Amino acid sequence: MKITQISIFLENRKGRLFEACSLLGSNGINIRALTIAETEDFGVLRIVVDKTDDAVKCLRENNFVANITDVVAVEVSDKPGGLASVLKKLSENNINIEYMYGFMEKFSDNALLVFRFEDVNAAQKVLTNNNIKIVTKDEIKGL
Amino acid sequence: MIWNEEIECIDRKGLKKVQSERLVKLVNYIYANCPVYKKKIDDADITPGDIKSIDDIKKLPFTTKIDMRDNYPYGLFSANQKDVKEIHVSSGTTGNPTLVGYTKDDIKLWGTVIARSLCCAGAVPGDTIQIAYGYGLFTGGLGFHYGALELGLRVIPTSSGQTERQLKIMRDFSPKILACTPSYALYMADEAKTLGIDPTKSSWKIGIFGAEPWSEAMRNDIEKTWNMLATDVYGLSEIIGPGVAQECHHKNGLHVFSDVFFPEIINPDTGEEVEDGQSGELVITTLTKQAIPLIRYRTRDVVSITHEKCECGRTSPRISKIKGRTDDMIVVRGINVFPSQIEHVLLGIDGTQPYYQIIVDRQSHKLDDVEVLVEVDEKMFSDEISKLNQLKAKIKKEIESVLSIGVKITLVEPKTITRSEGKSKRVIDKRS
Repeated sequence: MKITQISIFLENRKGRLFEACSLLGSNGINIRALTIAETEDFGVLRIVVDKTDDAVKCLRENNFVANITDVVAVEVSDKPGGLASVLKKLSENNINIEYMYGFMEKFSDNALLVFRFEDVNAAQKVLTNNNIKIVTKDEIKGL
Repeated sequence: MIWNEEIECIDRKGLKKVQSERLVKLVNYIYANCPVYKKKIDDADITPGDIKSIDDIKKLPFTTKIDMRDNYPYGLFSANQKDVKEIHVSSGTTGNPTLVGYTKDDIKLWGTVIARSLCCAGAVPGDTIQIAYGYGLFTGGLGFHYGALELGLRVIPTSSGQTERQLKIMRDFSPKILACTPSYALYMADEAKTLGIDPTKSSWKIGIFGAEPWSEAMRNDIEKTWNMLATDVYGLSEIIGPGVAQECHHKNGLHVFSDVFFPEIINPDTGEEVEDGQSGELVITTLTKQAIPLIRYRTRDVVSITHEKCECGRTSPRISKIKGRTDDMIVVRGINVFPSQIEHVLLGIDGTQPYYQIIVDRQSHKLDDVEVLVEVDEKMFSDEISKLNQLKAKIKKEIESVLSIGVKITLVEPKTITRSEGKSKRVIDKRS
């Protein structure tokens, strides 16, 4: 099952990340996972939140460029080689990862990772066939 | 020396007689040969017979860049294309470039006015000139080439760029005259220092700089850095290219060769002539051109004029350095840039809204930099950096292919470009 990630365009300008985060905070939106990709003159903030629709609405109302992307959250055994074993299966099945990052929290002993795949449907099939646990939207909300 | 003392030092009455005869002939010529001009003259409710002296020029309609665009490519030509021996293009406001052409006599005229310019700056036959204006479709290189040959100089046609080679050629062949854009002259000085060459010991003694606006401060900088006389040359491809006006060593205004390029300074809003010393838009009529003669062409350059005789002996009117533009055109490294060209490109790129800003900057002793800020919207935004970088590269490539100069593209957030009364300020020119 896919979950929704929000991507936000950020100019490399002082306080811009703070403004985005404080906007979400003041609207009662909780960030579950976050990563920033940066270039010379701009960055892209990628987040998974508890209330996606509300978050996108308030960001756009405040002149942020934001769009949504389907990503997959995966439970990975939190021990040496845990991530490698998942990546091995993906690699064996020719699944390309655009980027990935970790959740801040977890609800079991396993670590939670967000994957952005080139082909999200094919990736889900491989994960399911290999009994790798995919986290649902509801589980994210319940974190 | 003065190239043609008889005409360049002529008294006002004599000059007026020459101008009047040429204008009458010109109006009859274009009326008979150019249907676009025939219609313009008919629409103005006058006939060629109404033009009896140069004072009647005010009765004639203006010609604008829009006329050039609307009648692209050959509509404003009065000569048959079989008699056109050379064509050049410069940038137009959108899509199509501005086309100009020369008959054999026009090329001869071009050589003559540049020969006058070179003499005005202090060149004498036998001198060597290094022409570092671009050769090709740009009129700078070839215009100076024809003029230098006409005057009898030894020509080194280096064209622009390859600075290290320019400097080697200067040191090996000792040219006395350098012709290039003023910003390139300063750029070369920095390169020289980097290579351990002392610019004050260069062979260049006279510089003829143009194709872009430059200040007195920049002149002082060039003169001190290179230990040379830096003079200003004015021209535009629609009229002929360089060679419309040139400073003499008194550096007290640019002598307009008004027996062939008749200048008027007008209030751009009313079209009325302004007094000597007042700033206004320069309007030029090409009195003797054949291929594409222009009547009262609105240059959009703001200058003032004086008809006082110069200390050098020339009686030609003198215009000030360019004080500004009446439209939003900017000149960068000798290339005309219209914001509308950039807008055109952005509209053509899927998903790009035309909110942009052009920032032109000139770091000390560096070539002009152009940065284009483009506002990102949801259609063009991607969570993947590589896609955003591809978009940037695409915008950069397309703008550069239209403008023929390098630009830096910066993606910015929406609504960050200042909008004044709903219309954003398209150009920020930080050059002094």
